[in-house]
Amino acid sequence: MQRFFLVFIPYIWLVALFLIPFAMVLKIALSDIAIAIPPYVPKFDWAEGIRAFLAQLDLENFIWLTQDDLYWKAYISSLRIAVFSTLCTLLIGYPIAYAMARAPSEWRPTLMMLVILPFWTSFLIRVYAWMGILSNEGILNQFLLWTGVISDPLVILNTNTAVYIGIVYTYLPFMILPIYSALERLDTSLIEAAEDLGCSRISAFWLVTIPLSKTGIIAGSFLVFIPTLGEFVIPSLLGGSDTLMIGKVLWEEFFSNRDWPVASAVAVILLLLLVVPIVLFQRNQQKQQEAEQ
Amino acid sequence: MTRMSWFNTVSLTLGFAFLYIPIVILVIYSFNESKLVTVWAGFSTKWYGELLRNDAFLNAAWVTIKVAVVSSTFATVLGTMAAYVMVRGGRFFGRTLFSGMIYAPLVMPEVITGLSLLLLFIGIGLDRGVLTIILAHTTFSMCYVSVVVSSRLVTFDRSIEEAALDLGCTPSEAFRLVTLPIIAPAVISGWLLAFTLSLDDLVIASFTSGPAATTLPIKIFSAVRLGVSPEINALSTIMIAIVATGVITTSLISKRQVVRQRREEQEAERS
Repeated sequence: MQRFFLVFIPYIWLVALFLIPFAMVLKIALSDIAIAIPPYVPKFDWAEGIRAFLAQLDLENFIWLTQDDLYWKAYISSLRIAVFSTLCTLLIGYPIAYAMARAPSEWRPTLMMLVILPFWTSFLIRVYAWMGILSNEGILNQFLLWTGVISDPLVILNTNTAVYIGIVYTYLPFMILPIYSALERLDTSLIEAAEDLGCSRISAFWLVTIPLSKTGIIAGSFLVFIPTLGEFVIPSLLGGSDTLMIGKVLWEEFFSNRDWPVASAVAVILLLLLVVPIVLFQRNQQKQQEAEQ
Repeated sequence: MTRMSWFNTVSLTLGFAFLYIPIVILVIYSFNESKLVTVWAGFSTKWYGELLRNDAFLNAAWVTIKVAVVSSTFATVLGTMAAYVMVRGGRFFGRTLFSGMIYAPLVMPEVITGLSLLLLFIGIGLDRGVLTIILAHTTFSMCYVSVVVSSRLVTFDRSIEEAALDLGCTPSEAFRLVTLPIIAPAVISGWLLAFTLSLDDLVIASFTSGPAATTLPIKIFSAVRLGVSPEINALSTIMIAIVATGVITTSLISKRQVVRQRREEQEAERS
């Protein structure tokens, strides 16, 4: 009986507040828009049954999405931004994780805490901090003008460059931690063996260190890529009006245009885009767990 | 351990500079006299005063804390239950669906979680306000709690639990007297994680809050959209100070516990 309640309560909670809402998004994505509150025509009446539902079902909203340029561009540009910023985060995060793993062992807990600490501080505040740095009269421009590197202020805020900086900055800890944990476990005698056998330091790095930290690299990349794809706060605060990302489009469709069916259709397609990376990520995690056992 | 190479030293220095300089600049400019955030006009704490007189911010802060405390407590209870069921529950009907529902919210974009919950609340005619934000936050943070707690449950020695049962404990006594004290650190860090997730959340709260309930992130976001303001810098500094103190204190406490535990183990071995 106790066991029944233990299973039952979280189960029901998740069905009611995760599964059912999710089904509602699907349902509304297949509805017609109408001027009403809530602004959609319900497509599904449980009493009518599945057949009636299938007869009514239409892909109008999805067709609409394929016809309007905006959505195509938003998908492509979200993918591009996510891929590129994941690469940047990897290139910046790997040396940091590497140096942490090679640091004296009594430093490591402190270094770990220093990486985790920004993660606990508000995401919004960390993005906001960059607004003051990157703006035309911002600290970065003041500094560069003062040093004489540039003569006119650089326009960085409200461009895609600012979005990349924001993404790399906020997601860096997610990249560093899995790579660090892979590198810390790495047996350094393997690298010494490679060097003894005639590898140069650089080729030992490429042939031994990188392959052995592969699981960390993959895990870190997905941990950056997956949330970036649906990101909303960074493009809306740091990006310009020409920065297109699906998360932002969905938000505007919903809050500004109040077109709920189209917003839901955007959500469904965003999820479809995410399914592949999520499945790959899960598989990588499983492989890692099996390897540990 | 050999001395660190110059390459590692440089990458650590640059890396941590990148992580911390923006925060340091933010904090410095919260003490700026000038209304213009980019021009330094002398030290002043006037923006902190302004902040304390700003009722809208204070109300939002109060709502945020209420939501965070209540939702993280519910999330911890539900998440611990879910973790226990997943690790110890054995087989039951719909186990795959259950584990899917626990892991899916972790990777779900916030815009989708927010949108779907809003559609639910409107569908069942629940007025949006503090209650709906609490429900939403409980749902997504319970999944984080259950991941944290189950990673602790997996590693602990089950025979201790079995010994308690053999010695006459009922299952609930065994859980209360044996399992819970052992997983307590994970439960506490789960609660802290849920609490910060709730404090931070902008997107889900924007979808699920009504005009009556505005949380601090929503307030900050709408202010920040108009540009940088020293008041927001002051607010951010206060939040950063609270979080930093919390994180450093808990890590020091847990470090001391580890040291004490090790010493006790050594003494036990000696005697």
